[in-house]
Amino acid sequence: MKQTLFVPLTLVAAAMFAYAPFMILAAPYESTMGLVQKIFYFHAACGMALFLAAAVSGVGSAVFLFTKKPAADRLAVAGAELSVVIGLLVLVTGPLWAHKAWGVWWTWDVRITSTLVMWLIFNAYLLLRRYGGPGSERLAAAVSLFGLANVPFVYWSVNVWRTLHPKTSVIPTLQPGMRGTFWFCVGAFMLLSVVILMLRTELEKRRQELDALYLAAED
Amino acid sequence: MKSLATLVLLFALAAPLAAQQPAPGPAQGPPPKTPAAQDGFVPVDAPVTGQDAIPAPRLVAIAYGFIWVVIFGYVWSVKSRLSRVERELETVSRRVPERK
Amino acid sequence: MTGFARTVWVITRKDLLVEARTREVLFTTLFFAISCVLVFAFGFVREGRPVSDAAAGILWIAIAFSGTLALGRVFERERHGETLRALLIAPIDRPALYVGKLVGILILLAAVEVVVVPLVALMFQAALFDHALLMVGLLAAGTVGFAAVGTLFAAMLVRARSRDVMLPILLYPITVPVIIAGVRGTAALLQPEGGLPMARAWLAMLVFFDVVFITLALWTFEPVMTE
Repeated sequence: MKQTLFVPLTLVAAAMFAYAPFMILAAPYESTMGLVQKIFYFHAACGMALFLAAAVSGVGSAVFLFTKKPAADRLAVAGAELSVVIGLLVLVTGPLWAHKAWGVWWTWDVRITSTLVMWLIFNAYLLLRRYGGPGSERLAAAVSLFGLANVPFVYWSVNVWRTLHPKTSVIPTLQPGMRGTFWFCVGAFMLLSVVILMLRTELEKRRQELDALYLAAED
Repeated sequence: MKSLATLVLLFALAAPLAAQQPAPGPAQGPPPKTPAAQDGFVPVDAPVTGQDAIPAPRLVAIAYGFIWVVIFGYVWSVKSRLSRVERELETVSRRVPERK
Repeated sequence: MTGFARTVWVITRKDLLVEARTREVLFTTLFFAISCVLVFAFGFVREGRPVSDAAAGILWIAIAFSGTLALGRVFERERHGETLRALLIAPIDRPALYVGKLVGILILLAAVEVVVVPLVALMFQAALFDHALLMVGLLAAGTVGFAAVGTLFAAMLVRARSRDVMLPILLYPITVPVIIAGVRGTAALLQPEGGLPMARAWLAMLVFFDVVFITLALWTFEPVMTE
């Protein structure tokens, strides 16, 4: 079933990404930040995709820890790797925007610091799986759970503390010109994330088949 | 189930505890030069001029360029790893029946 | 409940007795913590006087670094004697095993802090004891948060490869919120006036983290430690 969905989903995602720049160019400018605010459309969409990836990894890890289903573990790895990639996008586009909007490349704001911490946790997950030796799947799953626990904190932090970073209230109050473009980009990134997760879990499944085959060949 | 209930109970106890205290402000760096929109974005038709250092178009271009490169790079990396593993699977699966 | 408490006590007592024989981990960790403070002191001293505000950061960094070391040493000892496996096979509640080891680590770290905190207060002329109760609260809550995550991961990594470097890699990102809260709380406490409500707010934040971390650790200890 997954195989048949993969190609159409990829095509739709690609089409959305091809169209997105036009929408972004056509969107109105922001009154205080001007052109640089247009980074928002991909930056915030990546942020939401990051939450999705982290949630997939965390939930997959929890299911794996308590049911030992290999499919859950595959999802956990895919989610963690995607979190690292998308987290990198968020952490690079943010400072590029911040340089113009706030006058500094980086600030130890709650939202920014906690996002960095969450990114590091998923990096640690990947390092553990790679270098931790046999049995590290279970250990890494525990790490991923702590990463998941960060997600609500990262999201709400910007509303609770005084910070430079825009609050979550920005999204619901977006004006029509910006709103459509933003949600379109979110859709594009969500679809892309799903496609990448499908691809990456397929890779993991193949790897596990290969390992099993090697073990069988040794006998 | 019992542990799940414990988890929920502890979260329920902890959340109001943290919420009641006055929110401490984080260590702030130098104050921003412009009060960038925090609560909501206000759209206008033409950009407001001003600003210094690196021009905005370059920043926007670098940001989007970086995103494209990383996304393509990652998808390509997963695809190539997948084809490598599939090739290996093919070779090994051919050898296994030979041995038997 | 009493069965649980008794198991915890037995495990903690065992750890304390073993440690009391040689006092190896206590002395080495203590010495390391003091060296840590000294190294940072030299880094943050200008013209013979310490940079103000450095005290809070240095204190908590020393706790984090020496805590990581202590955790590694304690579980290395378990691995050496293969006693962790014995504990896992024993018919005891896994959470009780976790809490027992946690209490042991906490007592060890408390002993280290008893020396390091006055040392930092002295070397950095920081009035850490003006609000002693609040300071003790911050230290206790912060150490519990750090040790809660540390005990879980150190136990988890006993049989993993590259365990020495893996522990800091896993531990530091996850405990950064605890360290930040500890540092900011201590810094608020050290302010000449008006910092107390902030310090209390950070203390509440630390307690919140402690609850979340301990809950997560209790939840995952069993499935992670089983073969």
